Amino acid sequence: MSEFFTTAILTATIASGIQLAAPFLLASLGETLGQRSGVLNLGVDGIMLLGAFTSYYVALKTGDLRLAVLSGIAVGAACGLATAFISVTLRAEQGISGIGVYLFALGLTSLLFLKLVGTPLPIDQPGKIEVPYLHGLPLVGKTLFRQDALVYLAFALVPVVAFVLNRTTFGLNVKAVGENPAAADSLGVSVARTRYATVTIGSALAGLAGATLLIDVGIFQQNITNAVGFIAVALVYFGAWRPVGVMLGSLLYGLTQALVLSWKGLGIIPVSLSDLAAAAPAVITVLALLTVARRFRQPAALATPYTRGG
Amino acid sequence: MTRREGSPEPGPVGGGRLGSRLDWRQFRLTWLAFPGSALAALLVGAVMLLALGASPVTGYRALLDGAFGDSYALSSTAVKAVPLLLVGVGICIAFRANVFNIGGEGQIAMGALLATATALALPGLPAILLIPLTILAGAVGGGLWGAIPGAFKGYLGVNEILSTIMLNLVAVQVMNYLLAGPLHDTTAQSVGGLIPQTRLLPESSWLPILKDGTQLHLGVLVALLAALAVYVLLWRTSFGFRIRAVGLSRDAATYAGMPVARTTTLALTLSGSLCGMAGSMLVFGSISHRMVTDGSLTGFTGSAGFNGIVVALFGGLNPLWTILSSFVFAGLLVGGDAMQVVTGVPSDLIVALNGLVVVFVVSVEFLRRRPRVAPVAIPIEPPEWSAEHVEQPAATRGSA
Repeated sequence: MSEFFTTAILTATIASGIQLAAPFLLASLGETLGQRSGVLNLGVDGIMLLGAFTSYYVALKTGDLRLAVLSGIAVGAACGLATAFISVTLRAEQGISGIGVYLFALGLTSLLFLKLVGTPLPIDQPGKIEVPYLHGLPLVGKTLFRQDALVYLAFALVPVVAFVLNRTTFGLNVKAVGENPAAADSLGVSVARTRYATVTIGSALAGLAGATLLIDVGIFQQNITNAVGFIAVALVYFGAWRPVGVMLGSLLYGLTQALVLSWKGLGIIPVSLSDLAAAAPAVITVLALLTVARRFRQPAALATPYTRGG
Repeated sequence: MTRREGSPEPGPVGGGRLGSRLDWRQFRLTWLAFPGSALAALLVGAVMLLALGASPVTGYRALLDGAFGDSYALSSTAVKAVPLLLVGVGICIAFRANVFNIGGEGQIAMGALLATATALALPGLPAILLIPLTILAGAVGGGLWGAIPGAFKGYLGVNEILSTIMLNLVAVQVMNYLLAGPLHDTTAQSVGGLIPQTRLLPESSWLPILKDGTQLHLGVLVALLAALAVYVLLWRTSFGFRIRAVGLSRDAATYAGMPVARTTTLALTLSGSLCGMAGSMLVFGSISHRMVTDGSLTGFTGSAGFNGIVVALFGGLNPLWTILSSFVFAGLLVGGDAMQVVTGVPSDLIVALNGLVVVFVVSVEFLRRRPRVAPVAIPIEPPEWSAEHVEQPAATRGSA
């Protein structure tokens, strides 16, 4: 145990925990937007898979990481339009159609990976970016201020999403549509347009989350997300539909993963027990769902398609 | 979209419900929706095959031959259908209660683990006792894993979609721990103890083969019986009536004095039990006769927990139609491997097509709009619904 409490290992663990939290954070911030407008997008994991595969393929063919990330975002946005069409226009049951999107993406990415990528090669990973002055700080410097660009972006989006939701007209419309779509509609706010916007933006963030995960891992593999997207949906509840709460949940997942990996590597816990330890965040999330269900109210129109005059 | 709605004329919704005359549009949608969804998915599949440089005709012919071509293919399909059917009828119960059980994967694993542990602990029992006991153990294991989110949903209002997904993640870790730890095969014959798997199970626990030279085992009969039992439960018992009443309207069921919380809990528990039974079928009907994983839930279940949802939806949440539907989808899965051999297109194509079927079926629900019959569409309908207020979206009339 004592070897864990050395500065080097502690900082390395926390730094990697923050990095691991980034895909959770991006995906769940996007999901927060959608859910605040009343749409439960359960296909996030599938959209992340498609985003990750697209990024991998583009990075492999062009070697341009920036282009790879952008194409991941674009594919995510396209999936968002499709999801919005299914949930908003066709008014399909959202808890189930999302599973369909997930299965479709799971099958498609495996198929394309096996068929298009002959021998899977790792992609070049970007270097860490050090924040000037701050990265030299003891402890904090190496954990918080020496990360990938996408990690900074993920955390920077927390205040942005909070600001958009609470301080802009668009954000107020989103919340109105999520709480009382009929009232919003009667005041001239287009329920469909608002939901299309939130789901598309949210899914673009899911695509970005997939790209982030891919760049972190460095190579695509089948089902690379391993339920990150599903967890991200749960984290929105965990965070009680607030960006800061969602961030705390993401950090819980990222840090626990890093901790388990580090302890496993150091032999502090046996390999077999590490499996049980890895289940800890899921158990905590279930317990958090219990608390949230009692204390907070979900957006009143969540997962309910809107029919005017219905 | 909302902008395009606004037609004052009432749509042809009420006809079928009142039973006054046969509504042809309703009839077409009801009977063509499911085959239509499957056909649409297969068409997309054909386009994908073409895009990947394979002939759809060759591919689909290989698929059909591999799934239904001869008696061996048929028996493989029937065996593949066993977990799908059990999970599918379990999903029927849950979805009829308007409880979305996405936790089939975890419930399968927990049922399989308890059944496996039971068989390993009681190797001396004769088959006539051990086999029913393992099936029961599977039902108990899966049932417990369904009861937790069930009680959370019923009594505490916790969203069951999320809790079941989270419990899948817990189950996979428990499975990995048990198969690499307490239940791990440590005998000399195991390959250096590297594979997370159990010892060879006692022979008296193996599901008997019904037809020599095939894999057709007793599980096929068990699954068929379970499907019939669930049908009787849902439509011929007062408990089934309560499940469907709660699913149609929790408020109305509460007002009628029904124990809504308890019914919800029991529905998800039963749903989990059937998934758990599927888990024990997967173990004791397997060729290796042990429980083995690759570290993921799918590695053990073959995604039966998700595919069971597809099967149940495609069966219209009716256990009897689910029998047929499970056979069709098992055929797709078995045939997908044959297609892979012939065309070189990975069988993951079938997974993608399954996903499309789900999306199409739930999207078509919107066109069917039979408010008091189709439970999947129920949450959409506000309680004050009445035929006079319904405005059919322009899109509906156009596409029908």
